[in-house]
Amino acid sequence: MAETTKAEELAKKQRDISVSEFFEKNRHLLGFDNKRKALLTAVKEAVDNSLDACEEADMLPEVNVELIDMGNDRFRAIIEDNGPGIVEAQIPKVFAKLLYGSKFHRLKQSRGQQGIGISASVMYAQLTTGRPAKIISKIGPDKPAHYYELKLDTANNKPLILKAEEQEWDKPHGTKVELDLEGSYLKGPQSVDEYLKEVAIVNPHVTITYVNPKAEQIIFPRATDKMPKQPAEIKPHPYGVELGMLLKMLGNTEYRTLQAFLTNEFSRVGPGTAKQICEQALVPPNTHPKKISRDDAEKLINAIKNTKIISPPTDCISPIGEELFEKGLRKEVNAEFYCAVSRSPAVYRGNPFQVEVAIAYGGNQPAEGTINLLRFANRVPLLYQQGACSIYKSVTQTNWKPYGLSQSNGALPTGPVIIAVHIASVWVPFTSESKEAIAHYPEIINEVKLALQEAGRRLQTYVHKKHRVKNQLERANLFERYIPEVADSLSRITGESKDKIVKKLNEMIKKSDIQQAIMEMETLKGEVDEDTSTKASTKAANGSENHDED
Amino acid sequence: MQKQSTETRKEKEARNNQDAKKELVKLGYEVIEDINKGKNPHIELSVRGLSNVIYDKESKTLALGDKTAQRFFFNVAHSKKFLQTLEIAAICKTLLDVSKHASLRDVFYMAKRTIPNTRINVVDEQTESDKAIEDLELITGYSRENLNVNANKMGSVAGKVIVEDAGDTIDWSKLGSGGWSIPSNVENIKFKKVDAKYVIYMEKAAVWERLHEDKFWEKQNCIIMSSQGQTTRGIRRLLQRLSTEHKLPIYVLADNDPWGWYIYSVLKFGSISLAHMADEMAISDVKFLGITCDDVINYDLKRHFIKLTDKDISRLKQMQNYEWFAKHKGWQRQFKMMKDFGAKVEIQALSSKGISFISEKYLPDKIRKQELLD
Repeated sequence: MAETTKAEELAKKQRDISVSEFFEKNRHLLGFDNKRKALLTAVKEAVDNSLDACEEADMLPEVNVELIDMGNDRFRAIIEDNGPGIVEAQIPKVFAKLLYGSKFHRLKQSRGQQGIGISASVMYAQLTTGRPAKIISKIGPDKPAHYYELKLDTANNKPLILKAEEQEWDKPHGTKVELDLEGSYLKGPQSVDEYLKEVAIVNPHVTITYVNPKAEQIIFPRATDKMPKQPAEIKPHPYGVELGMLLKMLGNTEYRTLQAFLTNEFSRVGPGTAKQICEQALVPPNTHPKKISRDDAEKLINAIKNTKIISPPTDCISPIGEELFEKGLRKEVNAEFYCAVSRSPAVYRGNPFQVEVAIAYGGNQPAEGTINLLRFANRVPLLYQQGACSIYKSVTQTNWKPYGLSQSNGALPTGPVIIAVHIASVWVPFTSESKEAIAHYPEIINEVKLALQEAGRRLQTYVHKKHRVKNQLERANLFERYIPEVADSLSRITGESKDKIVKKLNEMIKKSDIQQAIMEMETLKGEVDEDTSTKASTKAANGSENHDED
Repeated sequence: MQKQSTETRKEKEARNNQDAKKELVKLGYEVIEDINKGKNPHIELSVRGLSNVIYDKESKTLALGDKTAQRFFFNVAHSKKFLQTLEIAAICKTLLDVSKHASLRDVFYMAKRTIPNTRINVVDEQTESDKAIEDLELITGYSRENLNVNANKMGSVAGKVIVEDAGDTIDWSKLGSGGWSIPSNVENIKFKKVDAKYVIYMEKAAVWERLHEDKFWEKQNCIIMSSQGQTTRGIRRLLQRLSTEHKLPIYVLADNDPWGWYIYSVLKFGSISLAHMADEMAISDVKFLGITCDDVINYDLKRHFIKLTDKDISRLKQMQNYEWFAKHKGWQRQFKMMKDFGAKVEIQALSSKGISFISEKYLPDKIRKQELLD
């Protein structure tokens, strides 16, 4: 008796939890753990959306970001783009309904994946300041601009429209979001400033204008007018499908036989492969997909595993490209040597992916301390949870000593270096919804390592050359200092004139080492930093002013 | 007869000095010739070190092989040594010009200075100038004494011997508790009376003082000689002269460890770093008296074992492989015993048997029984 009472009591407390309520309590899952990160996440989600929209509409993105300090740890974040705009009816859902979006139900490389981001930012703003999000969007020059003030009904995961009106907006098309939220602004490695700079590195086709809370304007100009290749949408590859997903696909399909379902809903499955899978699973190919039981579905999964299926097409990936990745790094980082490597696409669990690595060496970067690792997934910078990321793992597992960087066991190498790693995929396997770290798939780690090694070899060539030139100059310098001493000793031994000996030895040194070193020096562009002192003294000692390579 | 020979020796020294100076000047002109030809200036010298040391089985001494090395000025690894060699050569030339002698330490300070506009010193440590002097010995073919450079006085001697040095007559038996301190250059010493049956040379001054206090040399009718640590050239040359001119047996008393044994090796066969002077320095008649590993057992010294360090062990291995020891069964047996002990013993361990045990029992017994290692 007592038990039923208890159960009944408990039953009274049990009710639906809305997604919004869940996230309200678990905001850290979405990247709103603390004030500083919240500000970054809000900007990040809005910028990601803007860039995705511009690229899908094939428009060169121009994004304005403005942060205004309103005191009391409150900030107004304004993000404006020149994208295609959003049709009026969709605006409330896009900004004030969680898990609403175009990107979840497809396999295509894009920044956003789940349709949580921007509405979560709206919700966070509403929770911390009580103020609605203000959105204005226009879809064409001769269309009106629509202005909305929106809140999110967290109990029902529905938009609350506080104000909706048509407004004048001098832009031909685009969207502008304004959020008031609690946050904190600090510069440094996990700041909005850093985030936008990194966005500019991996999106060389984007121009960003940024005004930070200190009212400093920073412009990240585009380095190319070439839009990235539109990534193609692909169907899932059988190797990447799990039981739950297969059951869902079976339930949703329009096709009426298993064979048709397999050949049409998956990539790389032809009639032959479909038959093979059915035979393996002992399920007739003409079975209606909706009538396939859970057990048969499991058999199908096993059959897929045992069937040889060619890898998914890889043209669905849009890499940055070696040239543009290097350009992007070059315009945002002042270094003396740059290189970039794009691997060919590879596959993990049926999902195509591609790894790219760019390295910037020397210049203004501090020679002490570990290297600066920049991680990117589908052109989005990853600023948090570095240690949990497979990119970090790949970098630490690579032996950097042969490439001229020092490294203690299992740690990041040290040196004046930025290593930027980009992974593009139709489905980037993040370790959590806040999309901060990439899961440890051996295929991914391996590809990253191969890319790092390739880039490392190019770095090595440069570093070694630099060392050689430096040594040569030091050597020449050393000899010049020794010459008067040797001449003095020789003159004391033999009675010959010291000046004559000095002159002759100096002639020898000019012919060989210095000349050679200076010639090599000129081939190394932008060589300005630590060698200046050596060069200056060499010049002085040489008495020649004609080697002005700076 | 004797007088004549002394004068010859003085004349010989003067002639040697002149010849050494000529060699230095020749070296200078060879370098200048390179410079005039536009060639990388270089100095050629024999390689020093085990790889270029030949053990002459007949004379039982070490000699330098004919491997030579070139030291170039325009070579980062060489240029500093190149400069050091020439600088020391210039210093020696000056010393010879004014007929003055300098110690190794003097030469170091004469060479030490900072090169203008750098933090580089021509020489940083005395070992560098010492090495340069050894190099010059190789290059000129004359010993450093001929270059007017003397080693520090480091040793003492006592015994019933009368010598004449720089015009003074010295009786080694009448010099109080300190004994006579051996000069670095003993070429000009004239022996006037030598009344001794043998010479004991020991590596430790403390042991020498013990024996001197006990008047060991008087009781046993011998000469006792010591240095502090490695045997200086003056001492080696003096021992050699006593051995060849007066046919006295030379016995070595050293610690029971690889370093003590190496002192014996240097006396007997010559040293690796000075292999070029082996014929002048090596004393093939020298014998090792103790402390042997057998002594450790016979005199019950195991209680005073000191554990061998890693350095000791590797030194022991090196010595085991030296050509002059490799086929010597007696020594190989000693090496093996020490290895098995894993420990070494100091001479002073004998004092545990009584303060004068060494002079009253150990040494007389060993010499009477002729328990010696060749």
